[in-house]
Amino acid sequence: MMRAGRFRYHVASTVADAAAALADGGPHARLLAGGTDLIPNMKRRQDTPDLLVSLRHVGELRGISVNGETAIHAGTSLDDIVKSAAIRAVHPALHRAASQIASPLIRNTATLGGNLCVDTRCNYYNQTFEWRKSIGFCLRGPVPDGICWVAPSGRRCWATASSDSAPALIALGARLTLLSREGERDIPLEELYADDGACPLTKRADEIVTSIRIPSRVVRSTYWKLRRRGSIDFPALGVAAAIRPGPHGVIEDARIVLGAVASHPLLVPESQLLIGRTLTDNVIEEFAEGAARHARPLDNTDFAMTWRKSVARSFLSGALRELRGDDPSTFPLLARETALRNGWRFE
Amino acid sequence: MSDYRVIGKARRRVDARAKVTGQTRFADDLSFPRMLHCKLLRSPHPHALLRQVDVTRALRAPGVVAALTGKDFSIRYGILPVSQDEEPLCRDKVRMTGDPIATVIATTEEEAYAALELIDVEYELLPVIATPLEALQCDEPRIHDYGDRGNVHKSVALEFGDVDAALAAPAHLFDDLFFYEGNTHLAIEQHASVALLEPDGRLALYSSTQTPHYVHRALSRALDLAPHRIRVVATPNGGGFGGKTDPFHHEIVVAKAALLTGRPVKICLTREEVFQCHRGRHPVMMRMRTSVDDDGFIKAVDLETLLDGGAYGSYGVASTFYTGALQTVTYRIPRYRFRGCRTFTNKPPCGPKRGHGTPQPRFAQEVQLDKIAVALGKDPADLRLQQLIEPHSLTANWLQIGSVGLRECIERVIDRSGWRSKWQKMPHGRGAGLACSSYLCGAALPIYWNDMPHSGVQLKIDRSGLITVFCGATEVGQGSDDVLAGIVAEVLGVEPYDIRLVTGDTDLTPVDLGSYSSRVTLMAGNAAIQAAERAKALIAGAVSAKLGIPEERLVFAESRVFDAADPAQGLAFRDAVIIAETIQGSIGTVGSYKPPAAAARFKGGGVGPSPSYSYTTAVAEVEVDAGTGWLRVEKIWIAHDIGRALNPTLARGQVEGSVYMGLGEALSEEQAMRRLPPRLSHALVHKTPSMLDYKSPTALDMPEVFVDLIEQAEANGPFGAKEVGQGPLLPIAPAIANAVFDAVGVRVDEVPITPEKILRALKASGRRAGPQQFPSIAWPQAVYVPPPWEGGDGRAATKAEEALQS
Amino acid sequence: MDKVRLALRVNGEPVDLAIAPNRTLLEVLREDLALTGTKHGCELGECGACAVLLDTRPVLSCLVLALECEGADVVTVEGLAQDARLDPLQEAFSDCGATQCGYCTPGFLITAKALLDERPQATRAEIAEALSGNLCRCTGYIQIFEAVEQAARRISDE
Repeated sequence: MMRAGRFRYHVASTVADAAAALADGGPHARLLAGGTDLIPNMKRRQDTPDLLVSLRHVGELRGISVNGETAIHAGTSLDDIVKSAAIRAVHPALHRAASQIASPLIRNTATLGGNLCVDTRCNYYNQTFEWRKSIGFCLRGPVPDGICWVAPSGRRCWATASSDSAPALIALGARLTLLSREGERDIPLEELYADDGACPLTKRADEIVTSIRIPSRVVRSTYWKLRRRGSIDFPALGVAAAIRPGPHGVIEDARIVLGAVASHPLLVPESQLLIGRTLTDNVIEEFAEGAARHARPLDNTDFAMTWRKSVARSFLSGALRELRGDDPSTFPLLARETALRNGWRFE
Repeated sequence: MSDYRVIGKARRRVDARAKVTGQTRFADDLSFPRMLHCKLLRSPHPHALLRQVDVTRALRAPGVVAALTGKDFSIRYGILPVSQDEEPLCRDKVRMTGDPIATVIATTEEEAYAALELIDVEYELLPVIATPLEALQCDEPRIHDYGDRGNVHKSVALEFGDVDAALAAPAHLFDDLFFYEGNTHLAIEQHASVALLEPDGRLALYSSTQTPHYVHRALSRALDLAPHRIRVVATPNGGGFGGKTDPFHHEIVVAKAALLTGRPVKICLTREEVFQCHRGRHPVMMRMRTSVDDDGFIKAVDLETLLDGGAYGSYGVASTFYTGALQTVTYRIPRYRFRGCRTFTNKPPCGPKRGHGTPQPRFAQEVQLDKIAVALGKDPADLRLQQLIEPHSLTANWLQIGSVGLRECIERVIDRSGWRSKWQKMPHGRGAGLACSSYLCGAALPIYWNDMPHSGVQLKIDRSGLITVFCGATEVGQGSDDVLAGIVAEVLGVEPYDIRLVTGDTDLTPVDLGSYSSRVTLMAGNAAIQAAERAKALIAGAVSAKLGIPEERLVFAESRVFDAADPAQGLAFRDAVIIAETIQGSIGTVGSYKPPAAAARFKGGGVGPSPSYSYTTAVAEVEVDAGTGWLRVEKIWIAHDIGRALNPTLARGQVEGSVYMGLGEALSEEQAMRRLPPRLSHALVHKTPSMLDYKSPTALDMPEVFVDLIEQAEANGPFGAKEVGQGPLLPIAPAIANAVFDAVGVRVDEVPITPEKILRALKASGRRAGPQQFPSIAWPQAVYVPPPWEGGDGRAATKAEEALQS
Repeated sequence: MDKVRLALRVNGEPVDLAIAPNRTLLEVLREDLALTGTKHGCELGECGACAVLLDTRPVLSCLVLALECEGADVVTVEGLAQDARLDPLQEAFSDCGATQCGYCTPGFLITAKALLDERPQATRAEIAEALSGNLCRCTGYIQIFEAVEQAARRISDE
């Protein structure tokens, strides 16, 4: 049986208590929310914390309120998000992303905050200690001077951003609140991510994601996920799209985000170019071609990287067609399956 | 169809209650007082000499009780007598990443694991042989010091009739290359074993093994301990599929540790270690040349196979023969040549997985037949129907065919699937494909040469009315316990649930060779019939004497023994037993089974013969996205010639499970290795050693499956039954490949059939994805055997002799 | 790294023990409480064999630290039967051939139990979705789907 190493355990009673414990715990302290990312990483010795600060009994970190602006406390389970009728109605992209994360069993414990902070992934890194020892480890340690096996000549880590909820929430323009003993700060979600596989988050180690807020603009949104199987798998590609259509279908705002094709969720800069235009076939194809150029899938996750890149373009165009109102049941097989897949099918 | 009361009736399996309540004790569920825990240190390198292995520091670690290295073992072992090439712990050399080097025994598993880091090992790295091509090209360094030459483990050549002559001037010659990637069993239960000393000092090993008898022999050999001093108990397997049919190093290591410490010692492998144990599907490159006449009748087949064997022999010699042995049992093939070569590479060893060695060439043959049908403008179903093997005939390679339900299988699936209105008639992007297959009902020869029974059953019946069945057969999920109970219940007229089973325990049960090669239903089933019939005769004799009813009129049914002429005249089964025990003394009977002798009498003819062959046909309906290559298998229709379904609920489950496993192989599962840039690293590691990355289909990935069981009693089968656990896997991959062609007109001559490959084929000028060339192999002189219709007697001859005679 | 006191309810009975913080619920159930009906196939949350009900939700016990279950209600496969009477799911799994090797069965039963408690009329699509985190290598899932459907009928008939 694979087992986690030893550590100390602190049960936080409040967020403030958790922040204090985290700050006192130093660099080897970790927050324990759902644990579905942290515990496997500990069993594989990718992470060897000496203190876990449990958020299980911090009730203030759970709950959803949709009241104009949508506020989701970071400790809310993914299953609660999936089953929220309000989220499904108002933020389809988030609903669809959340409902396709991992498996139903994992979604019962995993939290939204945890998925936003989910570690980047790489076939050379998400392996047991023994496996990594066989390849002499990699740039992420634990030995110094490791090589990035994805791009051995470089000096950076190319691990893949693997959150489903992050692209969806960035597309929806979400902001998040970080709390530490020093106080609170509020940032656009995209600023949480650094383009660095080894150090993917900009937040300080002593900061806690406490809540996610989605503005109440009327948008159409969707999330398309590519994976080998119908469940369990991390994304090999994610496309989140949110548009605000104005009169006559003229787009007033657009945010398109690529997931799992870089070390951070990638807000496509060309999204801005859609503003003021209508989603004609030409506009969609031109945008998809340009946006897909940002996708830089590497050989560190499932599927051949060139194939993933080609699918990125078709997902970008498919997601926009879906938002335009095209009937997904007329799409080609992969687009149809992806558009119609709505994770948890409970009505 | 029959007046059986138990046989053929759908009912819950006898071990269902234990399984749904969590009371089934798998190996890792066992716990004993003072039990120690074992962890293995495994090689991080794929090929290296061991200069030094020092456990001194580990022995000082907290909780550590003992530590062993290769020096503590002196005898090699292996499943086949010709491949005794494994070491419980490597002594001088490691041959793959994951080879066991040393072990720590500690009071907790956590302590044992922690102490592994304190073992000091010095390696001297050796060049790595990563592929069969490298193995063929590099004789040095040799991975093993035995084998045909260099890193060729085994190469074989068999020829039945003059194939070159038949290929020389064919009406049509089809020459195709195929590749079938390796994949693994992925039983959800990880291998686990507990060894301990019985109160009398004898060694006992409880293990998740499909073959307790072979583990028993291997332990005796490797530990140099008399077999009667060893007990092996096969715990119910949490899935086997062939992955637990070898004796394993960890079994020998914990046995040794128990002998040394005098305490129970347990090991449970991690998932990654299970991937390293492997013994799964061999990756096989194939070249198949088939000549057919204008009407599509096969004139000759010439098959070459190249197997990537991995680091050890395992069942590999048998696997090699199996890549050629069963090509002849589905269609009439007048002349046939097979040449197979297994190479050693520095990878986890391949062995037997569900269908052992046969899904790969079956894929080649069934896809090639589809190409032949398309080329000749024939319906693929008709092409097959016109040349089915005859029941009760001999094949070109001297296999004795029994009953053949293949025609009914084909007719049933084409009818049920609407084949005639689907194939070549659906819109672009949708397609249907058909494939057939056959499989053994147990190998006619045991793993080691002997003339003893392959399966034995003992029955104990006493005045309580309880029947206890003792049999070495091992419950791996396939339902062998239920088969035994059902058969004995049928013969003795009691309820299957009133029978106690004691199975897979070398102390208590007569030998059964194990749960492999689909042998248990036929062999243990026949042994059970014999034992039960003997018990019935004993009881009937006593009841007849007591009640004055002629023996032949006595009926055993409904837990009674009664007069067929007057059912009211009779008594409860228990009372019948009391009478029998009074008159006969204690009641115990035995039954045993040995397969009929094979017709083949040439060297290499020992692989392939079986008491019977099952047949299967499947139709797959798919949708393919021509833009991305994405493939969705919508529906599978499958008909399986089972002879007779002893318990239809279980039989259907075996078919559906086979479809599932075949689907995984066809679409997504790969046991493949990753090599790092050689200038930077020596490593050769598993690409996907986890249940996340090894893509076993989920509940959302199953197509609709329509199962038909074709029941035509087979004379050699118990109540007419044939196998059902393996054969139905075989047609799935080729049926899907053929359906992809029907949908979008491209051939993927390679398994798994992934979207990347389909898209590549769609963009390729040849409209094909698959291997481009078959390497040149220095084949040995073929063993030449005239087929039955060319005057042979099953013995080898030389071509020259043959020319003289004709 | 001292042991920590843990009190919870397992299959309706209070349990009080002292454990090291790194022990998972799976380890404690199997190794401390001898409830070996809960299985493990990966210990990384990838196979579903270790599913148990934690305050009525099915979760992967290999990913839950035992200490996180302080005060919680845990139900394992051993707790599904009411006294000697099997749960309708257990009966249906038996009748439908939904258990072959039986190793993934406890995880499936637990997951299906939570589903039917929440959705007594679950459709085939909902069943497949709910069970999609439990891997089975034997059955191809079909007889498992049929068993859950049969159990739902048994429950509604009662």
